[in-house]
Amino acid sequence: MDITILFYLIPSLFMFCCGLYGFITRRNMIAILISLELMLNAVDINFTVFNRFLFPGQLEGMFFSLFAIGLAAAETALAIAIIINVFRVSENIDVADVTKMKN
Amino acid sequence: MLFSNILIYFVVIPLLMLGGFALCRGIKGVRAVAIIGSTALLALSAWVLADYIMLRQAGNTEEMLFTGSWTWFAPLNIHLAVGVDGVSIAMLILSSIIVFAGSFASWKIDNARHFFMWLLLLSTGVFGFFISVDLFTMFMFYEVALIPMYLLIGQWGTGRKEYSAMKLTLMLMGGSAFLMLSLIGIYYQAGLNSWNIIEIANHAHIDKGWQYFLFPMCFVGFGVLGAMFPFHTWSPDGHACAPTAVSMLHAGVLMKLGGYGCFRVAMYLMPEAANDLAWIFLILTGISVVYGAFSACVQTDLKYINAYSSVSHCGMVLFAILMINTTALTGAIMQMLSHGLMTALFFALIGMIYGRTHTRDIRLMGGLMKIMPFLGVGYVIAGMASLGLPGLSGFVAEMTIFVGSFEHADMFHRVFTIVACCSIVITAVYILRVVGKLLFGPVQDEHHLSLTDATWWERLSVVTLIVCVAGIGCFPEFFEWLIRFTFNPEIFHAIGM
Amino acid sequence: MSPVIPLLILLIPLGMFLLLGLLGHKMSHRMAGVLGTAGMGVTAVLAYITAFTYFFSGNPDFVDADTHVRLQALIFNHDWLAFTEKLVIRLGFLLDPISALLLVVITTISFMVHLYSNGYMRDHHGVWETGFQRFYAFLSLFSFSMLGLVVATNIFQMYIFWELVGASSYLLIGFYYTKPSAVSASKKAFIVTRFADLGFLIGILVLSFYTGTFNFTDLTSTEVAAGVYQINEGTAEGIKNIFATSAAPVFMGGSVLTWALVLIFMGGMGKSAMMPLHIWLPDAMEGPTPVSALIHAATMVVAGVYLVARLFPLYLMETVALDIIVVVGALTAFYAAMVACTQIDIKRVLAFSTISQIAFMMVSLGVARPEFHHGLGYMAGMFHLFTHAMFKALLFLCAGALIHAIGSNDYTAMHGLRKHMPITHITFLIGCLAIAGIIPFAGFFSKDEILTATMGHSIFWYIWMSAVAGLTAFYMFRLYYLIFWWKEHKVPEGHHAPHDQPWTMTLPLVILAVVSCLAGFVPMGNLVTWNGHEMFENVNFFTNLAALDWSVAGISLAVAIAAIVLATVMYKKENPLPAKFKNALPALWDWCHHRFYWDELYQFITHKIIFGCISKPIAWFDRQIVDGTMNGLAAVTNKLSWAIRGFQSGRIQMYVWWYLIGVVVLAAVTMICVL
Repeated sequence: MDITILFYLIPSLFMFCCGLYGFITRRNMIAILISLELMLNAVDINFTVFNRFLFPGQLEGMFFSLFAIGLAAAETALAIAIIINVFRVSENIDVADVTKMKN
Repeated sequence: MLFSNILIYFVVIPLLMLGGFALCRGIKGVRAVAIIGSTALLALSAWVLADYIMLRQAGNTEEMLFTGSWTWFAPLNIHLAVGVDGVSIAMLILSSIIVFAGSFASWKIDNARHFFMWLLLLSTGVFGFFISVDLFTMFMFYEVALIPMYLLIGQWGTGRKEYSAMKLTLMLMGGSAFLMLSLIGIYYQAGLNSWNIIEIANHAHIDKGWQYFLFPMCFVGFGVLGAMFPFHTWSPDGHACAPTAVSMLHAGVLMKLGGYGCFRVAMYLMPEAANDLAWIFLILTGISVVYGAFSACVQTDLKYINAYSSVSHCGMVLFAILMINTTALTGAIMQMLSHGLMTALFFALIGMIYGRTHTRDIRLMGGLMKIMPFLGVGYVIAGMASLGLPGLSGFVAEMTIFVGSFEHADMFHRVFTIVACCSIVITAVYILRVVGKLLFGPVQDEHHLSLTDATWWERLSVVTLIVCVAGIGCFPEFFEWLIRFTFNPEIFHAIGM
Repeated sequence: MSPVIPLLILLIPLGMFLLLGLLGHKMSHRMAGVLGTAGMGVTAVLAYITAFTYFFSGNPDFVDADTHVRLQALIFNHDWLAFTEKLVIRLGFLLDPISALLLVVITTISFMVHLYSNGYMRDHHGVWETGFQRFYAFLSLFSFSMLGLVVATNIFQMYIFWELVGASSYLLIGFYYTKPSAVSASKKAFIVTRFADLGFLIGILVLSFYTGTFNFTDLTSTEVAAGVYQINEGTAEGIKNIFATSAAPVFMGGSVLTWALVLIFMGGMGKSAMMPLHIWLPDAMEGPTPVSALIHAATMVVAGVYLVARLFPLYLMETVALDIIVVVGALTAFYAAMVACTQIDIKRVLAFSTISQIAFMMVSLGVARPEFHHGLGYMAGMFHLFTHAMFKALLFLCAGALIHAIGSNDYTAMHGLRKHMPITHITFLIGCLAIAGIIPFAGFFSKDEILTATMGHSIFWYIWMSAVAGLTAFYMFRLYYLIFWWKEHKVPEGHHAPHDQPWTMTLPLVILAVVSCLAGFVPMGNLVTWNGHEMFENVNFFTNLAALDWSVAGISLAVAIAAIVLATVMYKKENPLPAKFKNALPALWDWCHHRFYWDELYQFITHKIIFGCISKPIAWFDRQIVDGTMNGLAAVTNKLSWAIRGFQSGRIQMYVWWYLIGVVVLAAVTMICVL
């Protein structure tokens, strides 16, 4: 049995949907961040897979996913920093409760 | 050269004054700048008037004098184009008198520096509006005049000032939205790639169908500022909450922007639609005249009474403009002049009385004539001017309007003229009611007995205005000539009279 | 005639007003009084010179040398305000019989009142009233305005001064401005006359629109020399033709000219206190009594009569308007006489008497026709205006002396004063005899002419007016007896007996009494006629009496004497007769006493209908509906913004949801499109 592109895309779609579901339903900011990471990783997988199957011999997709990983790391660091600060202020990292900056 | 044109200084002087206020420290400096500046404006307008008359006497029949034009936004052909005729000169004189009187009336205002800065920005807009003949520049100055009002009322006002300031600004801005649309419409429909009013009036013909569309928008846009029924409700609240000098400037000059705009833009550029659609607005303004007067009859707040009275009198201005004949138009401009001075006098006096009694409710005051005779006499004179006593300005203006309106022989115009005439009785009712309650009769509140009469700066402000009101009333021919000469067919080409 | 003297006649009172008004408070009271009086005295002398020159100099500008027709002379006429090329308001000085007559009347009475006020406006200890200077300033303003009114060369000048007399009347009625009743009386006077002036204004507008002129001379006369005009029926007929050929000759059943003239007469009704616009005059008695004598008896209130007289040739063209004037005048005369019989306040009696007498003048003008004795009614009306001014001012000034002495307006506080105040008593009696129409006092002659003219017009109105004349004699003598007789005056202990007033007050009384005795002999028929033609040949000061038509004069004299006898029986001594009459006709007495409830009717109309049913609803409508709409618009915008703001919740998860839904929808749409 050949390994077709679908073998990669379906788990990646599953992963993305999990991430999306988590992103929408979770209240905990850390959980949301993790869900976000899931989605990003799903996207990274897609990048590499499309690069590998559709444009073999080129490396743009690979580089792009590497770049996205780097960016995700930076973003996570930033988000964690914010979350820690939020926690310090309100002893709580529930998104619904972080309304201090509104109004 | 920009600065070789005398009219530019009407904008330059207020701007210099603004700079002066920014630099000076302490109330004395502010007062000095205000007095020097407003006197300079007064002198400048007198100079322009004298110059204008000399040019006219010498046989100059240009439609606008002292014209000049400088591009400031080439892609859309927007110019700073200036020029004046008799009507604008009358308005410039009115504005400078009121700025002068208003400066003295706000002698003791809190935070004077900022107050005067905003006030002078407002004046810049007003003067700029009256000297402009470029539609876009005119509109820009119009907006410049409106915005400071919000801050002046919101910060220095009394009562429900935030509400009133917001209402005033929003309603006037609503009006200017219509205005902007119609101005752009005029620009494109005229097809001259020019915003210049004189050029459009003399060289372009706006398609009649478009006129029907643009004229109502333009008239309503300016009509809002002219307190036309049913768009007048910003006026009672706005005036009631505004500080003295702002009320003076607003009722005295800013409301005239509406009438002037209706005349200079709506009627001037779209004469055919004006002729055909005048009846709609005649009904509205005819209602304004009587409606304002009747409403004023039952108000208890001095400023509300005057605001409704302004609705009635400004309604008369628009009413006369819509009659589209020389006499009525002359009357309309006279009424603007007269109402501006008279109502400024009213608001100055009300401000002074309020500053002493801390109430404007006529039910809580009485017998003030005995306590403050100067202010009392001033109020009676203002009242008499308002109800059209001969010898004061109101009579001249109203009679000119009535005679002019009566020139239309059809039943519709007749009926509305007579309805407008009825306002002279109703005006007498509310003026005498106020005078009787406020000034005459026994003293209502014994605390008022210890109050003092006017100070010198208040006297100066009041006397200036009274002299002007009586001057126009006793020697009207000069002003009527100034205005009527403008409508001389050799000079005045538009409107098809 | 050089314009200097006429100009001074106007400028002296104006200057005095400005002087006393602006600098009065810096002067002493005495100084202000002397200045004001002297100014008016000079004006009076100048007016006499002018009138004398006009009537007797034989100057060809004033009288035609051949036909002896009196002419109208424009002394000066200066443009004041040009509405259009033709419609120009001019301020000028038109000298003709009636304006010359009025100049004399106004300056005489005004001078008397100025003099009298020096005494009246201070109390028994000689302390001046507060605002004394202001009082003189206002009197001067009034005199200026009234003089300007009578010399008007055009109808708009008349309107201007018409308004100014109204305003000065307002200021003088409300002179005691701390008194609420005075304030409301002044307000009432101004507003009622303003309402009438609305009619006047519209009348002017109509008239001037069709005729294209404001000038009296263009409406009624033809020019015979530069600045000299002669009354000409032809001109008035030309005006009528203009109306007849105009686009709208008929409006609601009447010709437009009739409408214009009736509207102009409406202005006259207001100023001259004709029913139903008379209600302000009785209340105007709140003003100081000299003011009542000057403004509300002798001068301003006859402005309406003067107006009709001024436009008389035009009125002749529309006899419907004249008939209306007759009906209004006759009803008013009778009504006011009835009311005067039951009033307690002596000034009110005099006020109603004034209304009644002015109505006499109006009737007289209304019945005047050129066919009958060359327009006798016109002359009679002007004659009565002249004599009435003299004796009514006299009566008012007497009333002022009484009020000043007693401190009350009611006759109940007076009674039996004849011994205490002999000069006042005699002069008041002369005034009563004059108004009652007893020969040879002034009122006899003028009233007799009026009745003759009325008889020539209609026998019904003759009987009616004779009855009113009888009533006049009755109520005046009722008043006289109740003040000076009825019962002896008791002086309360510790009080001085009332006594005659200082010379400043008695001198005017004496002068006016003398004038009231003699004024009837003035050969008015030769001086004042509607078209300037002399009415009788060779009549002079003394042959007046011989020229009387005794058939009319005898009857009116008999009626007057009968009425006086009746008054004597009822009121000379204290007796129960008046009470019996009152109880016999309680309803009539009640209605008369309450002035037929006119004031209540007006109160109802103004307060309940105009304020309650028009102004209040409009104010409510403005706040609730118009303003409510604007506020509602703002509220809707606000609501909408809040609703939209809900989407901008800041909840990232909601955004993602919306995003997801969007993507799904877009995808679905794309799919559908593609497939």
